[in-house]
Amino acid sequence: MSRIVGIDLGTTNNLVAYVDGSGVPRVIPDAEGRKLLPSIVAYTPHGVMVGETARRQLARNPTRTVYSVKRFMGRGWDDVREEARHVPFTIIPSAEVVRIRAGDREVTPPEVSSQVLRALKLQAEAHLGEPIERAVITVPAYFNDAQRQATKDAGRIAGLEVLRIVNEPTAASLAYGLQKLAQGVIAVYDLGGGTFDISILRVKDGVFEVLATNGNTHLGGDDFDQAMVQWLLADIEARHGVDLSADAEGLQELRLGAEAAKCRLSSEERTALTIPFETFTYRRDITRAELERLIASLVDATLGPCRMALEDAGLVAGQIDEIVLVGGSTRIPLVRRRVQELFGKRPHSQLNPDEVVAVGAAIQAAVLKGEVKDVLLLDVTPLSLGIETLGGVFTKLIERNTTIPTKKSQTFSTAADSQTAVTVRVFQGEREMAADNKLLGQFDLIGIPAAPRGVPQIEVAFDIDANGIVHVSARDTATGKEQSIRITASSGISKEEIDRFVKEAQSHADDDKKKKALAEARNEADTLIYSTEKTLTELGEKVDVAERSAIQEQIAAARKAMEGTDPEAIRSATQSLTQASHKLAEQMYKQSAAGAAPGGPGGDGQPPPPPEAGAGAGKEGPVVDAEFEEADKDKK
Amino acid sequence: MRNVLHGIGLGPWRSLGAYGHDEFLNGPGRARSHFVGIMNDYFEVFGLPRKLQVDLDALQRSFYDLSRRHHPDFHQGAGEEAQARALEASALVNRAYRALRDPVARVEYLIALEEGREVREETTAKAKVSMDLLAEVLEVQEALEEAKSSELTDEAVGRLRAERQRLRERYQAEEDALIAAVPEWDAAVDAGEDRKPLLERFKQRLAARAYLRTVIDDFTQAIGEDEGRHVAYRRH
Repeated sequence: MSRIVGIDLGTTNNLVAYVDGSGVPRVIPDAEGRKLLPSIVAYTPHGVMVGETARRQLARNPTRTVYSVKRFMGRGWDDVREEARHVPFTIIPSAEVVRIRAGDREVTPPEVSSQVLRALKLQAEAHLGEPIERAVITVPAYFNDAQRQATKDAGRIAGLEVLRIVNEPTAASLAYGLQKLAQGVIAVYDLGGGTFDISILRVKDGVFEVLATNGNTHLGGDDFDQAMVQWLLADIEARHGVDLSADAEGLQELRLGAEAAKCRLSSEERTALTIPFETFTYRRDITRAELERLIASLVDATLGPCRMALEDAGLVAGQIDEIVLVGGSTRIPLVRRRVQELFGKRPHSQLNPDEVVAVGAAIQAAVLKGEVKDVLLLDVTPLSLGIETLGGVFTKLIERNTTIPTKKSQTFSTAADSQTAVTVRVFQGEREMAADNKLLGQFDLIGIPAAPRGVPQIEVAFDIDANGIVHVSARDTATGKEQSIRITASSGISKEEIDRFVKEAQSHADDDKKKKALAEARNEADTLIYSTEKTLTELGEKVDVAERSAIQEQIAAARKAMEGTDPEAIRSATQSLTQASHKLAEQMYKQSAAGAAPGGPGGDGQPPPPPEAGAGAGKEGPVVDAEFEEADKDKK
Repeated sequence: MRNVLHGIGLGPWRSLGAYGHDEFLNGPGRARSHFVGIMNDYFEVFGLPRKLQVDLDALQRSFYDLSRRHHPDFHQGAGEEAQARALEASALVNRAYRALRDPVARVEYLIALEEGREVREETTAKAKVSMDLLAEVLEVQEALEEAKSSELTDEAVGRLRAERQRLRERYQAEEDALIAAVPEWDAAVDAGEDRKPLLERFKQRLAARAYLRTVIDDFTQAIGEDEGRHVAYRRH
């Protein structure tokens, strides 16, 4: 069997890992050594960009760049109405599953997600030197059937056979349990970029039995950022008289700045936020206390699900032996404090909260491959499954926190004489009324032979497989005639569409690589041109005329190269522009050093080195990026 | 009506009227196991006698052993048919463990088994609730209706809470009494005695308990809390 990788498909960041020949799980880095691939996909006129390159142009192309797509996976318009207002790309309402308009493209969430998965696949293939066709992908434990289905579809579109969907906290417990060889009851508190999960497990002799799980698929670090942005918007309006709320680019700058500040506040008590906008530069200090006030109610919203999970597990807080923190948002001190207060115990913090889920997924992949034999995962379904009955009431057939796989069948009959058809509406959720839960699908069972009421026997079988994915089938047993119906394609994309996407992706595989190289080269050039022009404007007359026209020539040359299709030509033009812009930076620093401390540091007349001289300079583009690297750490 | 609202027993169904007939009934007592022909006795799944006192540690060990044998994770490389069999077997083991690990669920399952039908989780055998309990609850419910029809003052909420607390204790007492009677069953099995009367007593206790649960939920709803409404299934 070929290798199976484990993928942590996150709201903000993604990782891919595998278990090596000696049984050690390893996270696979990209060519630059980065392990986290940002969940950002840009649909530019030059092609599709994924990850870091997409991130770099996010503030410039907000309407054609999709981020946090996980929040929209398997969702209907009613589910996402609120958050659709906070993203710069357009969410297209539809009865079933939303679509996204990015630039002039209209895409489904699984398609966007598949771009991320394909990038991870390529990353793994490049690193391992072999084709990768199968994967284990993690999802939040609290994902419903449609969200799981959508994730599976994304894998298929990316050319990956998804052998198993694993719950993120369960995967984390696997990584944790194997490393620590722990026995006992552990609680996994997983607060990521967009989702929150709590799972309580019993670990014993290699068996990881999930006792209960709970969560919120609309709560994570993104919401903290959003709270900060709202607060900063009000502050900007008060201090500068500018309303940025309708300015998509400005909002993205603000969001990225807020996110980075939030991350810094996990280790610092106070941080300075500086964001240059076109007409003014916004500066302010933010303290940790201020951040905590903004996010306190959001953090507290994680505690209810924790209590429910404890109750469902039949345990009290004191019976938890260990608390494992997962997800970048658990770096926030307030989160740690609240968790500690609730469980009365200091959370475990030795594992890297960003990597632990991917590592767990890789271990599960090794289990499926038969390479790891002594580990058994017994997971549960997070949500109750049932059907609509009289008066729109939700009647549960499978209770939440039931160990999967599970099956349940029930025989029904007709209510009226000569009734020949029935409609079965299947829901998932905990609310009393069917309509308040997630409609997974409905089907009509037709062709029941006319008979007095109560005579026909229709057996409806509900099952949840080891992926947490629901299948429902119905059979008319009275006549011996089998009518079997399955609802499986509930992610909003039909099988035909998926097949088409897969074919498209395959036929473009070679093309894709070329396109990717070209898109990346163009993007680098574009980024550099943008920031150089910005610097020129900011410096104004401080730049002498000769210097200015030299740089403008380089910019024009780079623009011309970008119109062509040769990545090498674009790259060399970018190189030249980089050198020119470095000169500019040198000049800037000389001036500011001269202004601030006459004589300059050391007094030897040498200018301080430009901020990013050296090998990476041509690749990395201007200063903007450095700051964002840090942002990686606080989310996953 | 109450039964339908609380999901205890399936009431008439309503289809969406697409075919002119819009009612769909659950035939009473028609529920059948999906595992007919494989193995229908959860006690047998674990190699246990049909008794109510169960060594939970041993049960768990045996659950883990069976899961290791049947869980789909370990049949990934097998053919489609073998995978389907693993899924079926694994689902059976999971359901059997769920039914037997909890002492009350175990009694419910035993009753269903003895009566030759399948039990729905959270459903109790259709036994009659005693007249005493009905009368008692009727009184309480009058108070509840009264509270619902007027404004909910703090004082009224306090009274409802106190009443609910009393009902909860009553509920617990029924459960405790049920569990306390468990050894009698096992003794009767060993002695080969008639166990019908005992079964009836179990059914009465379970019916009383389910009835109280419904009333407690009504109180919770009237008070305006949502807690407890989802807690349909306990673990040991």
